[in-house]
Amino acid sequence: MSEKKFSKKHEWVAVEGDIATIGITKHATEMLGDIVFVEVPDKGKSVEQNGQAAVVESTKAASDVYSPISGEVIENNKSIVDDPSSVNSDPEGASWFFKIKIKNNSELDNLMNKTDYDKFVAENPN
Amino acid sequence: MEAQKTNLYSYHKNLGAKFVSFAGYEMPIQYSEGIVKEHISTRTFAGFFDVSHMGQFYISGKNIEEALEKIIPTDLKGLKENQSKYSFLLNDKGGVIDDLIITRREKGFCIILNAACKENDIKQISKQLNDDHKFHLCTQTSLIALQGPKSAEILENYIKGVSSLKFMQGGTFNFENEKIYVTRSGYTGEDGFEISVLNTQAELLLKKLADSKVKPIGLGARDTLRLEAGLCLYGHELNEEINPIEANLKWAIGKKRREEGGFNGWEIIKKNLEKGTLKIRVGILPEGKIIAREGTKIFSTNDEEIGVVTSGTFGPSINAPVAMGYVNSSWSEVGTNIKLEVRGKKYEAKVAVLPFYKKSYAK
Repeated sequence: MSEKKFSKKHEWVAVEGDIATIGITKHATEMLGDIVFVEVPDKGKSVEQNGQAAVVESTKAASDVYSPISGEVIENNKSIVDDPSSVNSDPEGASWFFKIKIKNNSELDNLMNKTDYDKFVAENPN
Repeated sequence: MEAQKTNLYSYHKNLGAKFVSFAGYEMPIQYSEGIVKEHISTRTFAGFFDVSHMGQFYISGKNIEEALEKIIPTDLKGLKENQSKYSFLLNDKGGVIDDLIITRREKGFCIILNAACKENDIKQISKQLNDDHKFHLCTQTSLIALQGPKSAEILENYIKGVSSLKFMQGGTFNFENEKIYVTRSGYTGEDGFEISVLNTQAELLLKKLADSKVKPIGLGARDTLRLEAGLCLYGHELNEEINPIEANLKWAIGKKRREEGGFNGWEIIKKNLEKGTLKIRVGILPEGKIIAREGTKIFSTNDEEIGVVTSGTFGPSINAPVAMGYVNSSWSEVGTNIKLEVRGKKYEAKVAVLPFYKKSYAK
């Protein structure tokens, strides 16, 4: 699997061949607090770059999760729907949200690498 | 307008609080452990809350009961010294200007007012007063809530005698050689106390509570706790367009005042008591994990719009989503199937018994 890329809306994407795995970052979970509800997109759904794709709710509020790149959903993670709190414990590993078949590889160029993302978070803590 | 801070702001900051702007104050929404852990700590042990943003309003003078009974529909003449009642300030239509706790003190009354409402409340109360009456909003004291099953045992170590208080009763005690006023009350559905402590001693009190392993609790958990306990939050379940009967709070008016009236909005309230209301506040349990936030539309099983959610979140102690809202009275019976429209989709839900979480107050 290639190095993870990150969006300004605090999603991560990991690419393997033409498949991308997408989730939310540790920083996102720290801002959200205790996650108590997750909705993931159905298989077969088309998602657009920066388009709303999933929902995550904390005790405080509901937030949209955007897809960092376009594609067709081929798998979603039902285990985080059944146990939303698992997103707090392993957001950048086992608690991925959905996988897509990548539509346009060049969209990945708009995303940040880990170093740039960490810098972005440090400059925009909220 | 610059945000106000309570006397304990830097203390919260040092504890790792995240702040939120609430009613013009910078208040802790949560500390480092997060809302769910804070909620569970309160239910299983004890937690303390800085609620100094709320108004501590003192009022006294000749025939003050009569003046206040015009806008507060509780039996103030019959209220004994150191007894507290939950009540309201009512407008001409019987709508709720604010909800409050009123306690008879040695001289007059102390009224605890919501932070967001306190300035207007004082304006509305003033209209009922004459030159014989005196009032002031106390700024010398902080207000600390200690809530949870271990509250009495812990507080007794620092303030002797408090554990003998009954629910909705107060008294003057001694804390580190100063007088301190404590009531047995709260907003979580747990046993607990509200402590009016001198600003100069507030941090010391919190440090002592922290020594006894009591956790600081922010507004986030305060909201999940009160919602599980089925308690109203002003601006959500209550406002000037809603009267206490619609809010399912007729118990708070008391038998004598319900029969005799003589307060703002009595005509409407009397009619509502006799004939019922068009809409009424209910508890709502969504099926599954779906959370219905404030503003969520409520539908009947035949897709007629019948109401709206006023508060909704995840209830950590019942491990399920909970909500309150107003529905047309014909759909208000416990167990009625309803639907909630969340993000354009309708989800099953049921009208549920309040409170969601059973109380354990000291009788």
